Amino acid sequence: MERHFDHELNDLNNDILRMGAFAEEAIYKSVEALKARDRELAQAVIDQDTMIDQLELIIDEKCIDLIARYQPMAKDLRFITTGMKINNELERIADIAVDIAQRTLEIVDKPLLKPLIDIPKLAQVAQKMIKGAIDAFVNNDMDLARQVLMSDSEADQLRNIIQKELIEDYMVKDGSTAPRAVQLLLIARFLERICDHTTNIAEDVIYMIQAKVVKHHPERLQDK
Amino acid sequence: MSKIVTKKLNLWYSQFHALKDVHASFEDKRITAIIGPSGCGKSTLLRVFNRMNDFVDGVRTDGEVLIDGEDILNGRTDLVTLRKKVGMVFQRPNPFPLSIYENIVFGKKIHGETKREQLDIIVEKSLKSVLLWDELKDKLNSSALLLSLEQKQRLCIARLIAVQPEVLLMDEPCSTLDPQATARIEELMRELKSNYSIIIVTHNMQQAARVSDDTGFMLLGELIEFGKTSEIFTAPKDRRTEEYITGRYG
Repeated sequence: MERHFDHELNDLNNDILRMGAFAEEAIYKSVEALKARDRELAQAVIDQDTMIDQLELIIDEKCIDLIARYQPMAKDLRFITTGMKINNELERIADIAVDIAQRTLEIVDKPLLKPLIDIPKLAQVAQKMIKGAIDAFVNNDMDLARQVLMSDSEADQLRNIIQKELIEDYMVKDGSTAPRAVQLLLIARFLERICDHTTNIAEDVIYMIQAKVVKHHPERLQDK
Repeated sequence: MSKIVTKKLNLWYSQFHALKDVHASFEDKRITAIIGPSGCGKSTLLRVFNRMNDFVDGVRTDGEVLIDGEDILNGRTDLVTLRKKVGMVFQRPNPFPLSIYENIVFGKKIHGETKREQLDIIVEKSLKSVLLWDELKDKLNSSALLLSLEQKQRLCIARLIAVQPEVLLMDEPCSTLDPQATARIEELMRELKSNYSIIIVTHNMQQAARVSDDTGFMLLGELIEFGKTSEIFTAPKDRRTEEYITGRYG
């Protein structure tokens, strides 16, 4: 039986999809701004955040409204509560993209400390994880959600490599590089935090699909 | 601990197979909700527990229904004792056309209690347990038919409690009540849970979710799924349960 409720759930689904696209774009642009030393692009990331904040509020309101009006059960309930959580995670991710843009503005006029290789790689991992998590949400794809969780160790490794290089090869050897190296360290840390938020989304998606809580219980990921 | 256990329970109304191989265990001092679409057999199942279906022509039952370990479907069951132990509250409150006092002591008198002081104590205790004492203590001789719908339903519950049952069966007990009265009856059910096993049949899924500890979902005479209410309403295991509770069935 087709329900009017399904149309409203579909609208919510589309809004979350839009939120995911905005968050993904914010990360992409923030790292592009760093690579291209593009002040305007960095500023655009900061300016666009207000719109993302507003969309977060709209989605939250829609979720509360659907719960109040329909008193959803079972998979409908899991979809809406997961949607609310994902919405908040995506807004945090967009905020972190703003942090990256702000760090970029700090160093954009100074000579580049080193060619950027691993930070763009880490940014790619983060973007891929977000896209995967949102696709898993939209398509109810358990395997994709699992893959997203597995990717987090790759992000941790890259962050460690970047951190080690900046500290040992630059800050320890030449103290004058510290102001620029610290900004890059922070950016690497921000990107790694984005991956952490994305794993939260993947865990929520697994709950939504299978009603199985894997958050804080990684061993349950192996259960079919 | 299980209060009522059904094993391979089948029931026919003449040719119509109304209950099909129902296996279930209803726990003591808990509220169990039975949900399902109209005609699925939930009221029939409830009525098996105090043999109310015996009044229906052409009814035939087999399997076992154990209450405290004793099969109530055998020919030796004393129905008066059974219905004292397993009382029933109906959809429409049905007080007798007697005074409030006489309604409450009616069952007790049938069971042989005649001492006025003893009956007074029972009336006070029963009305207190359904939170009606303060409202009605000064008009015990008024007709029960003058009460509001909610008060009548509470009175019917008090009338059951007066004969000290162990199981309360409730068949859509709030379907004629407004939301406030429904909320108060639900609060009463929570109060009563510590002393009785309660089984409620309801069409109102939100009510089942709010008030019960365990839930069973029935469809076409079968008990499809039975489990903790918190799990049935967030993560049902059977697709048919999922479709019914999310409104996709039908």
